[in-house]
Amino acid sequence: MNVSGPARTVFLAAQDDFGLWRDAARGLIQAGIAPDHVIWRLPGEHVGDLFAGSSVSEAGDALPQVAVDAPSPRVSRAFLDHAARAVLHADPGRFDLLYRLLWRLQSAPRLMEDRADPDVRRIDGLARAVGRDIHKMRAFVRFREVADAQGSNHYVAWFEPAHHILKANAAFFVRRFTTMRWSILTPLGALHWDGETLREGPPAQRADAPGADPAEDLWRTYYAAIFNPARLKVGAMVKEMPRRYWKNLPEAALIPELVATAQAREAAMVALGGNDAPPAPETLADLEAAVGACRRCAIGCNGTRAVAGEGPDRARVMIVGEQPGDCEERDGRPFIGPAGQVLRSCADAAGLDLASVRLTNAVRHFRFVARGKVRLHQNPSAREIDTCRWWLDAERRIVAPRLVLALGASAARAVLGRTVAVQKERGVFLPLDDGADLLITAHPSYLLRLGDKARAEEERRFTADLAMLARRIAG
Amino acid sequence: MAQLTTLEKLAILADAAKYDASCASSGTTRRDSRGGKGIGSTQGMGICHAYAPDGRCISLLKVLLTNHCIFDCHYCVNRKSSNVRRARFSPQEVADLTLAFYRRNYIEGLFLSSGIVKSSSHTMEQMIETARILREEHGFRGYIHLKTIPEADPELVRRAGLHADRVSINVELPTEAGLARLAPDKSAPRIEGAMGLMQGALLEGRDARRRFRHAPRFAPGGQSTQMIVGADAASDADIITRASTLYDRFALRRVYYSAFSPIPDASAVLPLRRPPLMREHRLYQSDWLMRFYGYAPDEVRAAADPAGMLPLDIDPKLAFALRFREQFPVDVNRAPRDLLLRVPGLGVRAVQQILSARRQRRLRLEDLARLTVSLTKVRPFIVAADWRPVLLTDRADLRQIVAPPVGEQLELFGP
Repeated sequence: MNVSGPARTVFLAAQDDFGLWRDAARGLIQAGIAPDHVIWRLPGEHVGDLFAGSSVSEAGDALPQVAVDAPSPRVSRAFLDHAARAVLHADPGRFDLLYRLLWRLQSAPRLMEDRADPDVRRIDGLARAVGRDIHKMRAFVRFREVADAQGSNHYVAWFEPAHHILKANAAFFVRRFTTMRWSILTPLGALHWDGETLREGPPAQRADAPGADPAEDLWRTYYAAIFNPARLKVGAMVKEMPRRYWKNLPEAALIPELVATAQAREAAMVALGGNDAPPAPETLADLEAAVGACRRCAIGCNGTRAVAGEGPDRARVMIVGEQPGDCEERDGRPFIGPAGQVLRSCADAAGLDLASVRLTNAVRHFRFVARGKVRLHQNPSAREIDTCRWWLDAERRIVAPRLVLALGASAARAVLGRTVAVQKERGVFLPLDDGADLLITAHPSYLLRLGDKARAEEERRFTADLAMLARRIAG
Repeated sequence: MAQLTTLEKLAILADAAKYDASCASSGTTRRDSRGGKGIGSTQGMGICHAYAPDGRCISLLKVLLTNHCIFDCHYCVNRKSSNVRRARFSPQEVADLTLAFYRRNYIEGLFLSSGIVKSSSHTMEQMIETARILREEHGFRGYIHLKTIPEADPELVRRAGLHADRVSINVELPTEAGLARLAPDKSAPRIEGAMGLMQGALLEGRDARRRFRHAPRFAPGGQSTQMIVGADAASDADIITRASTLYDRFALRRVYYSAFSPIPDASAVLPLRRPPLMREHRLYQSDWLMRFYGYAPDEVRAAADPAGMLPLDIDPKLAFALRFREQFPVDVNRAPRDLLLRVPGLGVRAVQQILSARRQRRLRLEDLARLTVSLTKVRPFIVAADWRPVLLTDRADLRQIVAPPVGEQLELFGP
């Protein structure tokens, strides 16, 4: 059924009208006109010099006469699905390709299943590019709100699609924003929805759309905040959000700065994270020297002297306080200030011999605020306790006490690594990972701050806890 | 303290939410607002409305209701002992923000999580209230993902599922020991108990829909979870085991992995370096192998080294093929689908196309070149009409041929 002869020119009235192409193609196939005899023309395309002098007319050639009983062309579902998409592609050669495939399908009806065929691959590529553009339009349209003359809100977007997909996407926006009044303006046409009907408009310009929306500040703030500078992957971003869309995305203006500052922000976090631990000391002398040189937190850097633990190297019992105070820092020994006095007198009353006990602190340096000549004690922060915990762990490893007494919340945190409510957890032995047992009680400085009556009661409880420890040592 | 503006609160609460990996808006029912009421729509496939420079998709407004928290989990930037700035949104504020973003087509919906204030149940109620305002007062048809708090009242968990498309409970760490050490306020049995409850509610909801057409939908997007990788000593094999157990026991839609990343004001209990982001990627690949390529967890574990770690320089599928060379080459013109899926370099789509194309004719190497990304990678493992890899699969240097060593990526903040 091959018909040879002069080339036929078919004019298509619209860039994105699959129906027109399909009707024309059906007639051509039925008339048996081979692909290399068909020239497809689009609106706005001039019949150029190439064809000057040929028999092509401006209106195109009349479609060939088709016999009434000519069989309908054979097409597969897969071809129709692909063709309906591929027709929307900006590639001017798409109609040639589609017709060539349709022609080949007449003799090879299962051609579409062969993805290794170059024509099938190409139509697949076109259809996928259009599908992607449709998807990206749904993602990257950004409406800006304007109040119109009647005072009601109107949402207007400016978008530049790569292919002829505006109409194909209309239904999506209608379904999603049915109750809003909106317009999408593009260089190839516009869509207007008033809540009930959809209108098409002529090609628009960027200046026709509003220039800003107050909500964009919030959106940019969100965009910058949700970005994790420790995971910079610009390539992955650009792959999914190609640069050509950036000019119409309000958030994209932030990208250069976010990328440029990401490494510095991560470096700062890593430096603060203190992940640079040296090898742990193995003797108490090494420990003492290393603690003295530790500058891993703000207290370590405040110029005070570090106070090491005191007591036998292999003590069965370790008592952990909070941090050295004014007196302790001056003399370089733990528990010699007022709180130390309370501990010693209560230990005597409880029958606990402190000479056999290792005394140490959760934090090794003295944190204070200066008020004139007086240095006022300040609690260490959780972060500082956690940082200094590394030294306490080392000391516990070397001394290997079987019983640990934590005085107050800071000491308990340093041993357990979590926030502890002292009043809830005091007075019972808790097993530790290294097989030792932990007893938690109040810090003696807490007793110092109480009024006489309350202090007597708390002193009794504190002494009872110490006695419990003494009994455990004896038993 | 001065009242924070919405802008400041958003900056704090979005910053605090960015360590949740999931931003999926997929897998729910189709809805739209054509009835003339409400706003929004969902279809099966999610939409990523933007991408951050970390390459992650921004599909949902992902915020915390508050970053105040009574818990003290070491890996978490919002833990009680952290010095970050704190802020708190009211349910109404989050609902308004969601709608403002949604109307401008910035997002698909909301992913709401929260630090725990007062009590777990109180916090959960606030989150549900946010979802209720959106669904009932504004007829919001977009996507809602609620992070459920395992310690909350089971009745609240059920209510969350009535408003949300997806619910999730984070298992946080792959091992119980890791959880005990790094998240001392959480308990693995309680987390799993909550996941079990959620699964029960999901099944019940689906069953009710089957019998009564108007029964309310219960979290049609199912439940997912997240594990932090590299914050404890768990190996890749441990993680794969844990993930496959979770998939089996709780019928999860997804297990997300989040490489532990440096956080501001990190806890000093984490004496560790950041795990390579590649490790997270390899775990996702192994997840894919189990979910779409028909690999059993045992087989994926077999691709790991004796210490249980997947190789970082090659993907787990290639590692598996190199280790079990006796299973190759595979004849692309004859082999069944499940064997083709095991060929390194052939994805699900390429395999589908090979099956379809080979019904037309016998495939040659040039055909495969059009169907695959890299013929070099595929060639040693296949037989085609004009190709047979003579001895290639037995060569000791095969790994160099299919995965030539690239210049080693130096750690930016290495030791």
